[in-house]
Amino acid sequence: MKSLDPNKKMDIEAILTDLENYRPLRKGWVWRKVMEEGVDMGPFHFRNMSEPLKNSIGLPASKYFEDIDPQPECVVTTEIASGRFEDDLRRMRMAAWHGADHLMVIRTTGQSHIDGLMEGTPEGVGGVPITRKQLRASRKACDMIEEEVGRPINFHSYVSGVAGPEVAVLFAEEGVNGAHQDPQYNVLYRNINMYRSFVDAAEAKHVMTAGEIFQIDGAHNANATAKAGWLVMPELLVQHGINCAYSLASGMPKELIGLSTVPPNSPPAPKLWYDLPYAVALRDFFSDFKMRAQQNTRYIESDIEEAIRTHTIDTLISMLTSADIQSTITPDEGRNVPWHYNNIRGVQTVKQTWSALDGIKDLLSLKMDGPLGEMARDIKERAVGFLEEILEVGGYFAAVEQGFFVDSAQYPERSGDGIARDGQGGVAADSIVPREPDYLAPVCAHYGNNHLPEGLQKPCDLIDGCTLCHPEKIVYIDELDPEDSADRRLQETYSYRKGNLIKPEVEWAGDGTVLVQMMIPEQEDYAREAGLEIARKMGLDDPQVINLMVMHPAEGCYLEVKGQVTFDVERDSLKIPEKIELLPEEELRAVVKDLGLKVVGGTVGEDEQSGGLRGILDIKHGRIETYGVKYHYLGTSVPIDKLIDAAIETGAHAILISTIISHGDIHRIQMKRLAELCQEKGIRDRMILIAGGTQVTPEMAAETGLDATFGRGTKGIDVVDAMVKTLRQRGAL
Amino acid sequence: MTDARIARFEERREKYRQMSDEALKAHFWELCDQIVAPIAELARTHTSPSIERAVLLRMGIDSLSAHGVVDRILEAGLLGKGAGHVLLRLAEKRGCGVKAAADAILEDKDVLKGLFEEVTQ
Repeated sequence: MKSLDPNKKMDIEAILTDLENYRPLRKGWVWRKVMEEGVDMGPFHFRNMSEPLKNSIGLPASKYFEDIDPQPECVVTTEIASGRFEDDLRRMRMAAWHGADHLMVIRTTGQSHIDGLMEGTPEGVGGVPITRKQLRASRKACDMIEEEVGRPINFHSYVSGVAGPEVAVLFAEEGVNGAHQDPQYNVLYRNINMYRSFVDAAEAKHVMTAGEIFQIDGAHNANATAKAGWLVMPELLVQHGINCAYSLASGMPKELIGLSTVPPNSPPAPKLWYDLPYAVALRDFFSDFKMRAQQNTRYIESDIEEAIRTHTIDTLISMLTSADIQSTITPDEGRNVPWHYNNIRGVQTVKQTWSALDGIKDLLSLKMDGPLGEMARDIKERAVGFLEEILEVGGYFAAVEQGFFVDSAQYPERSGDGIARDGQGGVAADSIVPREPDYLAPVCAHYGNNHLPEGLQKPCDLIDGCTLCHPEKIVYIDELDPEDSADRRLQETYSYRKGNLIKPEVEWAGDGTVLVQMMIPEQEDYAREAGLEIARKMGLDDPQVINLMVMHPAEGCYLEVKGQVTFDVERDSLKIPEKIELLPEEELRAVVKDLGLKVVGGTVGEDEQSGGLRGILDIKHGRIETYGVKYHYLGTSVPIDKLIDAAIETGAHAILISTIISHGDIHRIQMKRLAELCQEKGIRDRMILIAGGTQVTPEMAAETGLDATFGRGTKGIDVVDAMVKTLRQRGAL
Repeated sequence: MTDARIARFEERREKYRQMSDEALKAHFWELCDQIVAPIAELARTHTSPSIERAVLLRMGIDSLSAHGVVDRILEAGLLGKGAGHVLLRLAEKRGCGVKAAADAILEDKDVLKGLFEEVTQ
């Protein structure tokens, strides 16, 4: 297997080649490496961070902090499943570079009701069909990605539905690292027969244990389903408790058992008063188990920023209590199947919050002797009462039949809208069979009565080894329907991935989807139609308004309209501006020193903003003074003629101006003015003129008559290099 | 009904008030264990088509064949013996491997007839 090259796209066709002989490089769940003494990065000491990555992309502001990219101590999850797994592999790589190490793949709609395994790579809806080929290719990609970023990737999907045990075996064989498994989920949300679901679950959990697969439960679905998510907190403890106890009874060790927990409330509710006591109560009762803290989805609307703000608070709650895994929800989940870059945004929310709040528990502590302690205790008492009532009515199955679960009232109150299931009904009803006294299963990791002959070392000795002990016995099925396959889809998108065509993309190669943001100064109904019309006139196919925020009932609305572009861009037709090759640093230093290079600088325009110039002239972090340049800084709102006078007075070689963000072309006008005034004063030939600013581009130099112009991301060395080159050009050196 | 339930909860709550946090937590887990114990027993003593297909997968039978084989074993009323057990028995009887036994079942379900009776006689 060839290593990935950070400058090259992943070769999907190569990943799909020779899969029948591929074996995952490792098995089992991996936590991040956390040093007890904390981590030193750049100028800072971090207390809640793990080992940094070999290759990663930090938060946008990291450039101000020596490009550090602190990695939270918890595993960070992102959920990826567009329906085409071959396109998801690229998203996995992008997410890993931003700090995700738990990649969760959602199944295609309806897979939980398929009584058996799916094979091949058909296209999915709302998720991907989980098959051996899809898992093997994805795990192979994860094996490559983890080498590239320098941290193990946990690959995850779902062991539930009517084929749970088979899926568990498949996962154990293919090196899947984590999985959801919760028989209650099948019963309540998938209407799978309750007896079948629990009988299957014991086997599935036993197999997962053999595969060292980390388990996450499904209790969080109760607060995503109940009308008032924040009232079901006692029930959540009950559901977590039942799955944990059942997992232990199935032979799963505590280290592999995780709770999927979501802060149940959301602003404008006073979130903390619900979510914090709940988090505290949960972590008290379940102190022996792992916490997978999920972010709230119940109250996500189409507004991305609103979702991100809620998720920031969710992450705060994790940090105030604990999280072994911090899951992220893509902030666009309320409006579409998640897009590539929204996975990244979700991960960034966690990274940013975790950095900001690093070490929070060393600074603040929860005040337990007050309402917080009382509320946590209240939730716990209600949960215990719930369990006693389950036993009183005859046990778990009886309680489900009576609609105990997902009732929207706070226990013991009941709204009567709980999900009731009939023990004799549901998918795969009446499908469990009593094991006879001579029941036998000659394989490892099998739960329950097994009448094995005496004297065996392992159950699978009877068949000279099972697939868990001898993976070479695994039978690989490639495709059942070559027409509905990854290979066929890849042929269609070849030119966008490996050829000469470029098209924007949010989910699938070549999908062409773009998002247009606009403010329409009209009332809602008109704004919506105007938005669609504008998108159509821009040439977008199938435009849809996916978010609308009323700014004022009459004054206007903010709109986000998606649509598809109908054309391709040819890669080889693009003119890429030449990259300036900088002179060697030592050479620059020598020239500056010999010449005693002097500059004057200031910000021009009516504003106090001087960040750009101070940044470039600043002594720290590679700015121009580190190369020996002497500068005279005149401050902000400096008239251009004053700058020129100062340059003449001090005998400076160069004038540097920083322009502020302006309306119209004020920055351009000022840049031109500098060149013209120098001309008038007869010093243009001996003065180097340079401008910088956020609206400035390198191409503006020619147009404005300056020697060099710089935009965002300019470093001191770029400026020094330009000055030396200008002097050389003039023959002044 | 609901009023009576709420009154009963309030009674229980009086009892909880006497319990420390540790005792309440221990009680929570005792109750959870009591609830799952009979379910774990149900699972220990029962099997299902999916469990049996999962056994066959581990025996090196592909998923499609496993599905057909388990369906036929279920129809023949032999699932309670264990699908793997059935394959082993048939393989032994025919002097072949378990894969060949699976193929034989797929070809002709009648090979399952009397498979276990012969031995018990």
